Amino acid sequence: MISQVFLLSAEGDHLIYKDFRGEAGRDVINVFYEKVNALPGDQPPVVMHHEGLHFVHVRQGGLYCVATTRSNPSPFTLTEFLNRLAALIRDYCGSLSEQSVSLNSALIYELLDEMLDFGYPQTSSTEILKNFIQTEAVTPKPFSLLDLRNVGLFGADTQHSKVAPSAAASRPVLSTRGEPGGKNEIFIDVIERLTVVIGSNGTLLKADIQGEIRLKCFVPSCSEMRIGLNEEFSIGKTQLRGYGAAVRVDECSFHEAVKLDEFENQRVLRVTPSQGEHTVMQYQLSDELPSPPPFRLFHSLEREPSGRQENGGTGSLSSPPSLSLSLSQELSSPDQSAELQPISRACAGRSHGSRGAALCTVQGLWRAPGSAPPLCWKSGRSACPSSCPSSPAPGCRSDSSACHPPSLPCPSAGYDTSRTPTPTPSAC
Amino acid sequence: MPYLGSEETVKELKRALSNPNVQSDRLRYRNVILRVIRFMTQGLDMAPLFMEMVKASATVDIVQKKLVYLFMCSYATLKPDLALLAINTLLKDCADPNPMVRGLALRNMCNLRMPGISEYIQQPILSGLRDKASYVRRAAVLGCAKMQNLQPDAEIDGAVVNELYGLLRDQDPVVMVNCLRALEEILKKEGGVVINKPIAHHLLNRMKDLDVWGQSEVLTFLLRYRPRCHSELFDILNLLDNFLGSSHSGVVAATTRLFLSLGAALPAVQSGALERARGPLLAACTAQSRELRFVALCHVQQVLRSLPGHFGAHYKKFFCSYSEPNYIKFRKMEILVELVNDENVGTVLEELRGYCTDVSPELAQAAIFAIGRIGQTYSEKCLSILTGLLELKQEQITSAVVQTFRDLVWLCPQCSESVCASIAGCEEHIQDSEGKQALVWLLGVHGEQIPGAPYVLEEFIDALKTEQSPAVKLELLTATVRLFLSRPAETQDMLGRLLTFCIEEECDMSVRDRALFCYRLLQCGVEEAHRVLGGPKSDPSLGVIAGRPEEPINSWAGDFNTLAPVYSREDWAALTATTGGSPSLIPQATAGAAQADPGSAEEAEAASSAAAAAAAPSPPGPGEELCLLSGPPLSPELFERHWLALEPSRRVSLGWPGGDCLPETLQAALQLVNIQALALSRPHARPWKAYLYAHSLGTVVLAELLRDTDAGGLQVTVKQDPEREEALSSFLTVLKTVMQTLGNSSSSLSSHV
Repeated sequence: MISQVFLLSAEGDHLIYKDFRGEAGRDVINVFYEKVNALPGDQPPVVMHHEGLHFVHVRQGGLYCVATTRSNPSPFTLTEFLNRLAALIRDYCGSLSEQSVSLNSALIYELLDEMLDFGYPQTSSTEILKNFIQTEAVTPKPFSLLDLRNVGLFGADTQHSKVAPSAAASRPVLSTRGEPGGKNEIFIDVIERLTVVIGSNGTLLKADIQGEIRLKCFVPSCSEMRIGLNEEFSIGKTQLRGYGAAVRVDECSFHEAVKLDEFENQRVLRVTPSQGEHTVMQYQLSDELPSPPPFRLFHSLEREPSGRQENGGTGSLSSPPSLSLSLSQELSSPDQSAELQPISRACAGRSHGSRGAALCTVQGLWRAPGSAPPLCWKSGRSACPSSCPSSPAPGCRSDSSACHPPSLPCPSAGYDTSRTPTPTPSAC
Repeated sequence: MPYLGSEETVKELKRALSNPNVQSDRLRYRNVILRVIRFMTQGLDMAPLFMEMVKASATVDIVQKKLVYLFMCSYATLKPDLALLAINTLLKDCADPNPMVRGLALRNMCNLRMPGISEYIQQPILSGLRDKASYVRRAAVLGCAKMQNLQPDAEIDGAVVNELYGLLRDQDPVVMVNCLRALEEILKKEGGVVINKPIAHHLLNRMKDLDVWGQSEVLTFLLRYRPRCHSELFDILNLLDNFLGSSHSGVVAATTRLFLSLGAALPAVQSGALERARGPLLAACTAQSRELRFVALCHVQQVLRSLPGHFGAHYKKFFCSYSEPNYIKFRKMEILVELVNDENVGTVLEELRGYCTDVSPELAQAAIFAIGRIGQTYSEKCLSILTGLLELKQEQITSAVVQTFRDLVWLCPQCSESVCASIAGCEEHIQDSEGKQALVWLLGVHGEQIPGAPYVLEEFIDALKTEQSPAVKLELLTATVRLFLSRPAETQDMLGRLLTFCIEEECDMSVRDRALFCYRLLQCGVEEAHRVLGGPKSDPSLGVIAGRPEEPINSWAGDFNTLAPVYSREDWAALTATTGGSPSLIPQATAGAAQADPGSAEEAEAASSAAAAAAAPSPPGPGEELCLLSGPPLSPELFERHWLALEPSRRVSLGWPGGDCLPETLQAALQLVNIQALALSRPHARPWKAYLYAHSLGTVVLAELLRDTDAGGLQVTVKQDPEREEALSSFLTVLKTVMQTLGNSSSSLSSHV
């Protein structure tokens, strides 16, 4: 049973606080914040205790979601519950951030009141909860130059305005109540996280992909929808279909609401989505990638005439040409530098003999030709542990989460690729 | 939190709340209230506004109502007299035709934690229990628990308990789970809700209707139920088998725990359950939420304590990815070390070598120590990696490698040659005192194999004035004397300087004493010094001790899916010591092992004597309460042997609890105070007998309860091994209390069981 639930910002501001059992005072919030900040780097902060009170927290969107308890509950259930709370806030408020939480505190209090009674979870489904939630969400509207692209000359439609902006899916699920007609949209995101280790000569040493198909549904009552995957999609190393292992994953698991009767033969997932965000399918793939990764990394070590050594790394993206890129960088020492070369779509970083990692994040928006569904290239970041001048090549390591078209079990029927707003499914 | 101008804010809000213009505009009114709530969340004291907020509760706007209720529940304890004013509105809302309003009012009225509220909420709760809307019933059921919580000393209302037991059959699954929760809290003193056969089977049949939170909770309650026979046990296992593959990790973990507990005597069931739960557990280890990943990793570690090879084939799942926080990487490295086998050792070492050059020095050191631990089995491969790391000439890396070398050489003497060859030149890159100690130790013990050893030590001795750490100086003294014994010609001069400095100029007493000791030892003659300092240079047998033996699954099965695995073992021990026993409300799962096969008798005996030895050195203080421990289970055979061998320590007669006290009730109640019931007669058999045992203060207490005739009381015969007066008397006190409590409540319980 949960004693209290509170949400803190990264700076320790109290955003939400609700006491369910009166077992501890509100001063424990500050105790928690001091504890979580005072921990040395190697100590796990997930569960902490203070005078018989356990703090369990998850960190999402830069916020601490904390539950306290005096009993000895299941840590799995508690963390899952907090994650679910964060997901619900995201569903109802559009996004989870300090701003959206403080704008919608009434709504979140209402949510908490319905989700927990006396510290016991009552219900957590978006479907049921929406009957009880009366407050309407307030969405922050940041000014963005990107929005201006959608306005054509004299208000005419532009190429861009036919396409949903990349922030289209980050709006509250229930906001359609006020608007007549509303927007009946379903978004399918395919998100892949790549963990790749690349040797100093540019060869791929290790690769690991974790992917998921995420569905965000804004349609109040959706009929059944069919997601067709590539028919040559195969699971495991032994099972091969079609002309070989074109689309292969090691393991995959599905949401419990997905009906799999047509999956075995036709690779069709049948699902009747309820409102909100769900992960329909998760898959994993390691070692042998069916296609090269969407970027390459090269490592260079040069000795300058002055005797200094320059440790450099260049990452280039092998993505389609119409990609607008931006670069953000986290450098740990002043003699490191990073720059973006838009023409060759490469990001070069270099450092002079110093120790420390550099983190460069390349962000880009990719528009495929033709129907132009924008595919959000979320981030590809690379880090070179540029430690020691004469080291036997520590290698470059790259983590990226990106929509990575080649290896996708790409939805082929029913709905197009990701981020395409689709009208209420009537055909299926 | 003190806040600048908070009084001004309160005044301004007060004005706004009592402004009729604001009150008439619903949206403005709501916004002002929202501001109050926002300030309240930030920690400002908004209690002066209580009166105005109570007035605001009389509205048709549900959002406004919810906000005001939230405010009232936070401040009711501070202003009980004003809160009573709101009761009328709440009572009126409890009779509202809209079930949502009824439920909301009832729930929040029960949340007002103030003295004297219970007389107002009793009636609404009772009518709420019979409401036709399940939403209201849910709130009413938990309201019963809240009421009990307000007056912990009040008499338990038998009628309410009956009603709640009846509501277990409610249509709505959440009402059913809430009933279990409420009963658990109300009957906390009597050992919580009783799960007998009909209730257990009812719960099992309803499992499918529940949501994930309900499922995990019911599975935890089912831990209390002991199936009567094997066929029933296997029926239950078959029924729950699907939940092991659930996509919700909480349900998987709860099911696994139940399987482990039900199969306490059936190792095949336990390993089968862990086998089935492996996939979901691994999925949780790679979940998107970092916190969930961490919790899953902790549980993986726990499983590995008994089944070291369980995740062997999946070692790649435990490779760290760059963006993970350090606490996850540390856990993953610990797991990787456990999973090493002949096939994957190369890959794992290669991966660990990558971490050794990590930016975080703690992580790099931990990776090097991990390689060292693998080196205890696969020394050659690890040595070549470690030697390679030395070439990087990095401070922290070199220091960690040298420390690893020291431990390796001590455990695996065959490594010493290559270690000695590689540590030349390290001294330039070691700055921290642990690294220096390790290096000096190596130079002292294996000095005859390292050509430059005396010269390295000489450098340390020359820099003695600037050395801060006394530990390094102590190590240096011992090492120099040792080296003097093996290479006297080169060392004699510097040893003289070292001793002079340490005896005449050193301020630290321990260093000075050590120097004097060495000096006098050398005065006794070289042979004597050899005898004292020239001990063995390695101790391979220590490696066997350091390598953990496999623990039985039952030793941790009761802790699975609780907070215990998530804390480190030391933290958890400290925690439970301060709170007096594990805070878990669920009795230890080991009780079921009482029916264990006879083969485990010896084991149990060994374990019980071990537990006795562990508990023995802490004699109880004069005022200390007895705590009966849930020690290792006794098999019937072992019990019988003890019983026949021992003389009765005491005979007492107790009052019979009265009514028809059924074995399950008795057993459940006894288990809660950690008295295990080994065997009980059927309820109406005469004479009725029961055999009990308990562990306490390092002794085992055995007891026989005997009831000859219906009218007679209960004859208790107690035997003890070894004799311990305090334990005996406190055992009897506990037993007496249990019997009395049972007597009080058996009337209300027996109608349901």
